[in-house]
Amino acid sequence: MSDRLVGILIDSLPKIIIPGIKVTIPLTALSFTFALIIATVMAMVQYADIRGLKQFARFYIWIFRGTPLLVQLFVIFYGLPSLGVMIDPFPAAVLVFSLNEGAYASETMRAALESVPKGQIEAGYCTGLSYLQIMRRIVLPQALKTAFPPLSNSLISMVKDTSLAANITVAEMFMATQRVVARTYEPLALYIEVGLIYLVICTVLTRVQSWGEKKIGSYENV
Amino acid sequence: MLKIESIKKSFNGLDVLKSIDLEVDKGDVIAILGPSGSGKTTLLRCINFLESADGGTMTFDEDTYDLGHVSKKEIAAIRKKTAFVFQNYNLFRNKTALENVTEGLIIGRKMPRDKAEEIGMKMLEKVGMADRRDYYPHQLSGGQQQRVAIARALAPNPEIIYFDEPTSALDPELIGEVLTVIRNLANEGMTMLIVTHEINFAKNVASKVLFMENGYVLESGDAKTFFENPKEERTKEFLRNVTREE
Ligand SMILES: Nc1ncnc2c1ncn2[C@@H]1O[C@H](COP(=O)(O)OP(=O)(O)OP(=O)(O)O)[C@@H](O)[C@H]1O
Ligand SMILES: [Mg+2]
Repeated sequence: MSDRLVGILIDSLPKIIIPGIKVTIPLTALSFTFALIIATVMAMVQYADIRGLKQFARFYIWIFRGTPLLVQLFVIFYGLPSLGVMIDPFPAAVLVFSLNEGAYASETMRAALESVPKGQIEAGYCTGLSYLQIMRRIVLPQALKTAFPPLSNSLISMVKDTSLAANITVAEMFMATQRVVARTYEPLALYIEVGLIYLVICTVLTRVQSWGEKKIGSYENV
Repeated sequence: MLKIESIKKSFNGLDVLKSIDLEVDKGDVIAILGPSGSGKTTLLRCINFLESADGGTMTFDEDTYDLGHVSKKEIAAIRKKTAFVFQNYNLFRNKTALENVTEGLIIGRKMPRDKAEEIGMKMLEKVGMADRRDYYPHQLSGGQQQRVAIARALAPNPEIIYFDEPTSALDPELIGEVLTVIRNLANEGMTMLIVTHEINFAKNVASKVLFMENGYVLESGDAKTFFENPKEERTKEFLRNVTREE
């Protein structure tokens, strides 16, 4: 590797990592948190079979799972202004990533809720618990344990998917890399560099996942 | 103490309980016997509202309820006096043995934790599971899980405990430990309604027997009379068959 290339890679490192810390990570963290809240609510209304809300949940999930993430970003950021709705790039990205991931995570949560055997609920009633107490103390904790590995997977996917936000002018890591490439004409080295940074983040998250899986309860859902 | 009159239940047109009467006095141990599919489980589930009956009345202590139209509040009130032991234990998988026993006390009945744990430990001792207080259900054998389930049923001091085939999911060598626990409860005067296929156990422990077939009660009454001097031809045949199996 030439000295010039090494210099470019070192100089570019803060230029890529700082947007990573300032944009990519907050974008992921915010979006995933909102997605989890949406998913829990959507899964619960379906699980409890609340008329009206259940149909709404199905419709929402159908739309957001059935259309490309990139299309959703474009509709919100480039499409809505023609209706007079202008959203800044970062909040627009948070909105789309939350809704998109929320739709997938709803299904994960719903499946996890349904995997809790009916006998657990019946035992709850016979022990003198109310429906809400059973949900909070018995069903949700067991469902969260089941949902934890697939949700961790989704989080890891989302870290990488946030690079799509570059398309709606969010200055996250990938866009920062594109800017350096435009000045230096070293696409191969720089794109590999940013790829490695994503890899490091995802590796850390994978570690956190295995730690979390142990932490979330030493019991087994058997 | 508990009186059920003409309870009925059908599942999509299939009449599973065809007007059944049942009377339980304090201290009774009633064995519910009968061939598979006769409606024994359905009867227990209906009187604890895990299934809603189509009609009938229940008199519990002084209060009478229309089983076709009971409110959630009435159900909750009746359940406070009863407990249920399931065939497949149904211990809360995310709770330890002790937590399983105290959950209904602390959360359902708002009892202070230390008092609930004191009761919990007493119940675990009673079923010989005190040394496993911090084990999760998956770390226990079937017989141990069922004993914890019985401790959980005992904890709120119910007036009556319903058992639905408490030993039929167990390996043969584990059945004895559970039956011993139930027999001890009978000796202490606990009121129990036990669906079982363990004829010898019923013979030894039950004070009364209810023999069901096809959604009817075919014969019921004093256990000694039932086993030694059954009236109905079908009952005699049933007893001949089950004793031959053993
Ligand atoms: N949830 C249900 N939906 C439809 N049919 C049911 C349901 N539960 C029970 N049945 C039917 O009701 C009848 C009585 O069932 P039940 O489980 O009460 O019998 P049982 O006497 O407990 O039998 P076993 O000794 O095999 O446990 C059976 O024909 C069964 O198929
Ligand atoms: Mg049964």
